Amino acid sequence: MDPQTIIAKRIAQELQDGMLVNLGIGIPTLVANYVPEGTKVYFQSENGLIGTGPMAEEGMAQALLTDAGGRPVTALPGAATFDSAMSFALIRGGHVDMTVLGGLQVDSHGHLANWMIPGKMVPGMGGAMDLVSGARHVIVAMQHTAKGKPKILEKCTLPLTSARPVDLVVTEMAVIGFPDGRATLLETAPGVTVEQVTAATEAKLALPDRIPTMQV
Amino acid sequence: MKAVSVQDAVALIPDGASLMIGGFMAVGTPERVIDELVRQGKRDLKIIANDTARPGQGIGKLVDKGLVSRLIASHIGLNPETQKQMIAGKIQVELVPQGTLVERMRAGGSGLGGVLTPTGVGTLVEKGKQKVDVDGKSYLVETALQADFSLVHAFLADYSGNLSYALTARNFNPVIAMAGKTTIVSVEHIVPVGMIAPDHVVTPAPVVDYIVANG
Repeated sequence: MDPQTIIAKRIAQELQDGMLVNLGIGIPTLVANYVPEGTKVYFQSENGLIGTGPMAEEGMAQALLTDAGGRPVTALPGAATFDSAMSFALIRGGHVDMTVLGGLQVDSHGHLANWMIPGKMVPGMGGAMDLVSGARHVIVAMQHTAKGKPKILEKCTLPLTSARPVDLVVTEMAVIGFPDGRATLLETAPGVTVEQVTAATEAKLALPDRIPTMQV
Repeated sequence: MKAVSVQDAVALIPDGASLMIGGFMAVGTPERVIDELVRQGKRDLKIIANDTARPGQGIGKLVDKGLVSRLIASHIGLNPETQKQMIAGKIQVELVPQGTLVERMRAGGSGLGGVLTPTGVGTLVEKGKQKVDVDGKSYLVETALQADFSLVHAFLADYSGNLSYALTARNFNPVIAMAGKTTIVSVEHIVPVGMIAPDHVVTPAPVVDYIVANG
C-alpha cells in the first residue's frame, strides 16, 4: 500500500455517523474514498457547500459548483450552499466536527505549521488557521519525513498555523496523539517498528506499554 | 439601481480605486467587468478579494497586466504571477485568514468597526493587533474593510436589482455587495420583478447601484 493510501484509510476510521467534516487539499481529500460502510458524513467545502460529492464525471462539470481547490465537484442530495461568512461561522463556531489538513511540521505539543516557508513559499493561509482554531477535532495527514528529514519536531521552525494543538497526526509510519499535551506514539503502521518511528521523529515520543498496529 | 453597459460601469472606476471583488478561484467572479478593467487599462488598483485565481483567470487577469498595486487576500498559492510580483515588490500583499477576511468585509458593510476572532492568536497574524480577553479566551481585534467599489457576480437579478446567487458561485459575493461605496453587479440572467421570490432574494435591491446589462 502506498503511503497516501495508508494515511487516508487510517484517518477514515475516525469518521463517525453524522459528522460534518472539512478535508484539505492533497492527501486529506483521499479520506473521502474510504468512508466506512454504513457511515454517513457530510463533507464541507469552505467556498460554501455542505454535501460535497465526488468529482464531476467527464462532461458533467457545472462551472458554478466547485470545491475549495476550484475543481468541479458534485453536490449530493440534501446538499446546502451558503456564503463565505456562513461557511466560516460553521468552522469557527464549532459546528465542524472534524478537519483533516496537510502539514509541513508538527511539534511535540501538537502545534501545526502548514502555511508558509519564509522566503520560499508564501501561498497564504486560506482557511487553514480558522479550521485549526475552530474545528472540534483536528487531524494532520502527512508523510512522516520530508526528503529523509523528520517533520515531527521538538519545536516547529516554521510559522505556526494556530496556537491550538492538533488532536492526531497520521503518517504512513504511525499514529501520534497528544494526551496531556505531549506527543505520544499510539499506533505503528504494519511492518514498521517502534524504533523505526522514533528514529524518524525528532520530537521525543511518549511510548505507552501497548502500541497496537494500525488496522488498514 | 441603474442598468448600464459594462463599458460605462467600468468608466466610473478611476485609477487607484479600491475594489472588493467577489469570487473564489474565479468561480462567481464578475469576469466581464474584469475584462473591461483590463481593456480600459485601469491601474494602481487596490484589490480586496479571497484570491487571485490563476494567471489568465478572474482577478489573475488584472495581475497579469500589472494593474494591481495592493492586495488583501487569503490565498495566492495557485497564482505564481501574484507571488512573483509580491516578491519583486510590485504588489504589496496582506494575507488574511479566510474567515477573518470575510468577517472584516462583513463588518465593513454592516456598520461595525471590526470583529473579535480567535483565529491567528499566537501566530504571525497577531503582529501589531490589539488582543482582547472575553471570558478568559483571547481574541484578536480585526478591523473592518471597505472599498470604493464592490464588484459582484450574481446568478439572477430582477429589474429592480434584487439578487440571488448560484451554488458555490455565491461565496464572498453577498458580503462584498454590502461593503463598497458603489456596488456594480454582473449577472447570468436578468428577470422581471417578482420572478425572484422574496424568500430567495439574498441581496436586496437598494444595496445595488449598477447592474451590468447583458449582451
